[in-house]
Amino acid sequence: MPSANLLKSIDYSVLQQCMHCGMCLPTCPTYVETKLERNSPRGRISLMRAVADGELEVSKALSDEMYYCLGCLACQTACPAGVNYAELFETARAEVEQAQVNDGMQRDFWRWLSLNVIFMRPWLLRLIGRVLRIYQSTGLEKLMRKVHFFGLMPSSLKKLEPQTPMIAEKFSDDLIWPEEVPQQSKGYRVGLLTGCIQDLAFSNINRDTADVLLANGCEVITPRSQSCCGSLHAHNGELELARELARRQIDSFDLENVDAIITNAGGCGSHLKTYGHMLHDDPFYAEKGKQWDKKVKDIHEWLVQIRFRKPTAGAGVGEVTYHESCHLCHGQKVVSQPRQILNSIPGLVFKELPESNWCCGSAGIYNITQPEQSQKLLDRKVANLRQAGAPVVATSNPGCHLQIANGLRACGSHPCHEVTQPVTLLAQAYRAESSAEATS
Amino acid sequence: MPAVNQIEAPFIDTLKEILSPERVLTSAEDIVPYSFDGTAALKQRPGAVVFPLTAEEVSECVKLARRNNVPVVTRGSGTGLSGGSVPLSGCLVICLVKMDKLIEVDEKNLTLRAQSGVITKEIDDAAAKVGLFYPPDPGSMKISTIGGNVAENSGGLRGLKYGVTRDYVMGIEVVLPDGTLTFLGNKCVKDVAGYSMKDLFIGSEGTLGIITEVILKVLPRPKARKTMLALYDSMDAAAKTISAIIAAKIIPCTLEFLDRVTVQCVEDYAKIGLPTDVEALVLMETDGHPVVVEEEAAQMMALAKANGARDVRAAADEAEGAKLAAARRNAFSALARVRPTTILEDVTVPRSELATMVAFIDSVAKKHKLQIGTFGHLGDGNLHPTFLTNERDHEEMHRIEIALEEIVDETIRLGGTVTGEHGVGLAKKAFLKRQLGEGSFELMRSIKQALDPQGLLNPGKIFDPRN
Repeated sequence: MPSANLLKSIDYSVLQQCMHCGMCLPTCPTYVETKLERNSPRGRISLMRAVADGELEVSKALSDEMYYCLGCLACQTACPAGVNYAELFETARAEVEQAQVNDGMQRDFWRWLSLNVIFMRPWLLRLIGRVLRIYQSTGLEKLMRKVHFFGLMPSSLKKLEPQTPMIAEKFSDDLIWPEEVPQQSKGYRVGLLTGCIQDLAFSNINRDTADVLLANGCEVITPRSQSCCGSLHAHNGELELARELARRQIDSFDLENVDAIITNAGGCGSHLKTYGHMLHDDPFYAEKGKQWDKKVKDIHEWLVQIRFRKPTAGAGVGEVTYHESCHLCHGQKVVSQPRQILNSIPGLVFKELPESNWCCGSAGIYNITQPEQSQKLLDRKVANLRQAGAPVVATSNPGCHLQIANGLRACGSHPCHEVTQPVTLLAQAYRAESSAEATS
Repeated sequence: MPAVNQIEAPFIDTLKEILSPERVLTSAEDIVPYSFDGTAALKQRPGAVVFPLTAEEVSECVKLARRNNVPVVTRGSGTGLSGGSVPLSGCLVICLVKMDKLIEVDEKNLTLRAQSGVITKEIDDAAAKVGLFYPPDPGSMKISTIGGNVAENSGGLRGLKYGVTRDYVMGIEVVLPDGTLTFLGNKCVKDVAGYSMKDLFIGSEGTLGIITEVILKVLPRPKARKTMLALYDSMDAAAKTISAIIAAKIIPCTLEFLDRVTVQCVEDYAKIGLPTDVEALVLMETDGHPVVVEEEAAQMMALAKANGARDVRAAADEAEGAKLAAARRNAFSALARVRPTTILEDVTVPRSELATMVAFIDSVAKKHKLQIGTFGHLGDGNLHPTFLTNERDHEEMHRIEIALEEIVDETIRLGGTVTGEHGVGLAKKAFLKRQLGEGSFELMRSIKQALDPQGLLNPGKIFDPRN
């Protein structure tokens, strides 16, 4: 473990870059909620700077503030000066973890179990997934709910229990071959990241991603048993573990021989593109990290870059609206591409969602750590979806997907009743083409 | 300066009784973020920050502060650019952002009434809903409060045609330094009952009273707008175009320019395909009745070409207009990214002297080896020379000080003002007397002395108190 004072040791100009103009305030969901400066990006940066300057102790209150931040990065979009808030916020969280101002046996245990054990071991994560799947599909889950078993749990956990994602029957490795070759190659060879939560709950979306890549002439390489990308660790103050996972991820691909590494989860993509910076003083991985960053592409970004083929058949949907994953739009600045993809599908009527780039409250594990604020944001999202009025909403991050699906389910009647993803709709359209050909 | 007290525990307890405990902040984590506003390199930690919800609560807080001789600094969203709401060490900050009720849009009288903490953009949004228009549009309008705009008499991009905040204030509710709550002005277009007291408080930067509510004038919303962009090989040609447009009896709503350094920074940052060898980029807009707008736009383009524009483009619709405006919109962002510290100035000269002033600033930058990008409002002579630096580089900061002195002297020589729209605050204090002269400087201080003899409200801003 490196010594404390992480904020003191980062490049001071990153802190200084904030000119406290306040342009971030109206875009920050926590500031808009409380109107208190400490709950704003520039307020938090001033606290970090005060720590770096030795004017403020690292305290429990500081930690609370850093964990109240969603890390949605809407401030980075609003910032005129280009402050790298993501780096500041990860460093600040690491600082408060090192200072151990959050002591509590229970918190320590859960952090250790999830960050150090489960999400470092892809086989264990998938084993847990298998067990959970059996529990969910055998009726045991329903039985437990029926006998009010969860009544024994603390109320905060009790509320979360129904939010547990439905685990997929098959994971990505069962659905996607290690190497798949398109019928008509365009000469592209790409690596596919299958993620961790994405793999457990949305392996079908990974399959859809592979399908749209194949349909656009890309050879798809999918390494087996992939690790977590480390964003969970970096966002929760475990920068060393995040670096370890970054190295592992880089090693699992033959970087020289792929044109791009494709990610389809907004949250992961935003983090995956920072490996170069995270590993910049690692003598062995610094160069590889830089190369990696250049090759990582969000699926929508890549499809538009290679001028994806517009489908000739529809996807069986009418009006569709689009919720932007924060880390896709604010983190990666991929804004127009998912819309271009949706608009390319015949018969699909695209409707803009009011406040489409306002956080839905999922924010990694924020819905677990800050359920109250998370719920407020979810309510806001659900209300905006009602205003949009489309029966289908597309998004491109597993966290947002689950959060919005839960929000819609909870409100009973709502004009929007289906959550999907742009790649899924595109894949459906391509599949409809081939079935149309088959029948003719 | 008269001796003032720091905040002590009994004072805090009384504040909590007047307001409620959660609206009184005193812990370091809570108040460090109130140590600054939008001004570069100015920072002081207050003793407490309070959030009143009504004018009566503000009045009670002021009375308490007065009894305890604790200085008070009023704050809105803290976006000011002259240090107007930077606290004094240990003072009481009265933050008005939670007084955010929009009280009334009066379509019969074309007025709008709001509490001070309402966000400027929300004022215009509320007006727009019924086809009305609140023209002042300071750069921070998405977050600045209307109270702050009135206290600083903020400007914006539409100054030439529509004026500034002062031109839209019909009435204000004010808490005076002794805690008296009073209303100045009303909804009447004509009102000559005594001194125009509201005008004394507009732009007084929180030194004379605390504005808690405003009545604003609103206008019918223009039905059409046309955006144009012109590129020039010399700033003189750009300035000549503007003079020609005004001589042709056209008052455009927007006439904004970027100098060469700024255009280069914008292109580096936003890559929107601008030629980087131009000396000036000018964004022009005209608004009003659709037929008139078309006619004026055609005339403006012809005048730009006749006066030496290298290239002139007009937007076909709003979306294209937004593209043309991108360069201007990105100007400050592009400059702010170049170095860690960005110092934004706002010296202003009569419109006819603008080209001379831009050239002078350029020469000062060369002489002192500084990076200065200048952009601003061509129509009203309001310039934004922007120093790109690092506040930790003391030697360079010193050179900036000298450069600024020279720029200020030239501004005054040309009949200009040291601040067109940001206010004096702390940042321009040193230059005020030079511009005003002894007589009017002392007049201002007498007014402060008469209204706030204790020196309680925002002491040390605009000028130092008399001993």
